[in-house]
Amino acid sequence: MTASTSDSTANGDVRSFEPARGEADHPHSALARFGADKPLRLDSGAVLSPFQIGYQTYGTLNAARTNAILICHALSGDQHAANVHPVTGKPGWWETLIGPGKPVDTDRFFVISSNVIGGCLGSTGPSSTNPATGQPYGLDFPVLTIGDMVRAQAMLVDHLGIEKLLAVVGGSMGGMQVLQWAVSYPERVFAAMPIATAARHSAQNIAFHEVGRQAIMADPDWHGGRYLSENTSPRRGLAVARMAAHITYMSDSSLHRKFGRRLQDREGRTFSFDADFQVESYLRHQGEAFVDRFDANSYLYVTRAMDYFDLAADYDGVLANAFKGSKTRFCLVSFTSDWLFTTADSRAVVHALNAAGASVSFAEIESDKGHDAFLLDEPEFFAITRGFIDAAARTVGVN
Amino acid sequence: MSPRDLAVHDLTMKEAARAASGARVDLLLIADMVQPGSRVLDIGSGDGELLELLATTRGCDARGIELSREGVNAGVARGLPIIQGDADVDLADYPDNAFDYVILSQTIQATRRPKWVLEQMLRVGSHAIISFPNFGFWRMRLDLLINGRMPSTENLPYSWHDTPNIHFCTIRDFVDLVQEVGARIDRATALNASGHPVRFNLPWAVWNLLGEQAVFLLSRKG
Repeated sequence: MTASTSDSTANGDVRSFEPARGEADHPHSALARFGADKPLRLDSGAVLSPFQIGYQTYGTLNAARTNAILICHALSGDQHAANVHPVTGKPGWWETLIGPGKPVDTDRFFVISSNVIGGCLGSTGPSSTNPATGQPYGLDFPVLTIGDMVRAQAMLVDHLGIEKLLAVVGGSMGGMQVLQWAVSYPERVFAAMPIATAARHSAQNIAFHEVGRQAIMADPDWHGGRYLSENTSPRRGLAVARMAAHITYMSDSSLHRKFGRRLQDREGRTFSFDADFQVESYLRHQGEAFVDRFDANSYLYVTRAMDYFDLAADYDGVLANAFKGSKTRFCLVSFTSDWLFTTADSRAVVHALNAAGASVSFAEIESDKGHDAFLLDEPEFFAITRGFIDAAARTVGVN
Repeated sequence: MSPRDLAVHDLTMKEAARAASGARVDLLLIADMVQPGSRVLDIGSGDGELLELLATTRGCDARGIELSREGVNAGVARGLPIIQGDADVDLADYPDNAFDYVILSQTIQATRRPKWVLEQMLRVGSHAIISFPNFGFWRMRLDLLINGRMPSTENLPYSWHDTPNIHFCTIRDFVDLVQEVGARIDRATALNASGHPVRFNLPWAVWNLLGEQAVFLLSRKG
C-alpha cells in the first residue's frame, strides 16, 4: 500500500491512517517471530510474548559469519535504511552511508537493520494486534527502554545465527542503542559507532519530548490511545509533535539559510494565520508527511524509552564503570551545530571511555545542519565512518 | 617573498624530505624507545604519523589526542584511534598507569602548564617520552645576539606574537623540570640541525648548544 491510496485532502483532517497501518502486523520486510518459548523480558518487569521483529538485510553474510554490521535507527526512523520505503516510496534514510561501495559497504559487509520494539513498521509495538484481545495494543502495550530494544535486537542477531557483530552503528536514539549494545553485550560488539548521541537524555530533551506527547494526547482523535479501534488517528497532534521536534533537528543557521524570512508563494503578508512564511509551510509539510508513516502511540513509547535512557544509572552514576574492561573499539562523532545532542554530550562519553581504558576515537564534524547532519551529505563524516569500519574489518580479517 | 612564505616553503621541502625517508627522524627515534607490543598514548598526535608507525612497526596499541579538528579527522579516517582533546585539560581523565608510554612530541612548549602535563604523563604512563625544540641551540643564541630579535627558524617559523609555542625551554631548563617533578631520565638524545643524533656522550652544556631538538625517555622514580 502506498500513500497515494489514502484519502488525501487539502486540510489533512480526514485522511485515514491506512498507509502505514498494514505494516504493523504484516510489514514489507523480513520478519523474525519469537513464540512463547522466547519471551522478551522487559526492564519494567513485564514480559512481551509472542513478539516479532521486522528487519531488512543488505549484502551477504560470509562463511565465517564475521562481517555483520547492525544499524540502529533513530526515533522517527525504521528498518528501511537502504531501500525504497514501502509506505513513502522515498529512498532509505541512510542510503548516503549504506550501499555498494559506500562507507558501510554492502559489497563487503552483511548489514542488518531492524525496526525497534515499540515501533510501527513490523516490530511489535502499540499498533500491533494484541493476541489476548484481537485489538491493537494501544496503551496496554508495556512501556519500553532502550535496553529492551537492544535485548530484542540481540535475539534477532541470535536468530540470524551471528555470534559477534563486526560493528554496531547508529545516530541519535540509534547511538543510544549502540552504547547500550556495548554495555549489555561487550563481547558481541567488535566496533561501536555512536553518532550524535548521549549516554543519557537531558532534561531539555525530555522536555521537548513531553511537548510532543502532550500534543498527541490533546488531540481528541487520540481517544485515550484507542484511536485504532475507533478508526481514527490523532493526525493533528502527531503532526504538531513532529513539527516541534523537527525544529530541534535543525539549527538556527540552517533554518535561516534554507528559509530566512521568505514568504511562501505570495507577494506580501496576508494578515491571517495562513502559512505566510516558507518555514511554516515547510514545518506543516514535515508534520503531514510524518503522520502517513508513523503511529502516534509508537511516538509516545519510543520517546519515553529515550527519556528513560541513562547508561550510568545502573553503575552508581559513574559512566566509566559501565565500560570497565570493554574490548570494544569506539568511534564517536558529533556535529558542531547539533544542539540536541551536543559535542559536550559525546565528549562526556569519550571521557568515560578513556577513564575505562577503552579504545576510542572521537571526531567533531563542522556542519551548520544541526542534529540532522548525521543523515545528510557530510563527506568528512563519511570518510571517518569508512576509515573506522575498514580498520575494524582489517583487524578482524574481513576482506 | 615574505619570511612567512619562506618558512612555508621550507616546511614543504621538509615534508618532501620526510616522504622520501618515510618518517621524521625524531619520530623514528621515539619509536625506537618504545618496547614492542606496549600501550602508548601520543599527545598531539597530528594526523597520526607516529601512531601508525608504532602500530605497524612495533605492534603497539597506540592511541592519540589531538587538538586540531583537521588532524583528528584525517587520522580517524585512516582508522587510527584519535580523540579531539587538549593535553592541558584532558589528561586528568585518564586513570593511573593506563599506558606504558605517554608521548609528547614537539608539543610541550605549546602547553599552558608544562609541569602539570609532565606530571600527568608520568601518572597515566609508567614512561614518558618528550621531544622538544631546544631554545639553547647555538643558532637561536646567535640569532638573538646578532639580530636582537626573537629567533625564527625552519622548525619554528612563527613570529613571537602569533605562535602556539608559549613555553620555550632549553635542554638544561627541561632537565631542571624533570628533577622538579621527581622523574628519572632513562635515555636522552639531542638532534643536530640536520635532524641526526649528536653522536658523542657529551655534557649537558654541550648538547644544549649543539642540539636543535632533544628527545627524553623518562620514568617515574621508585
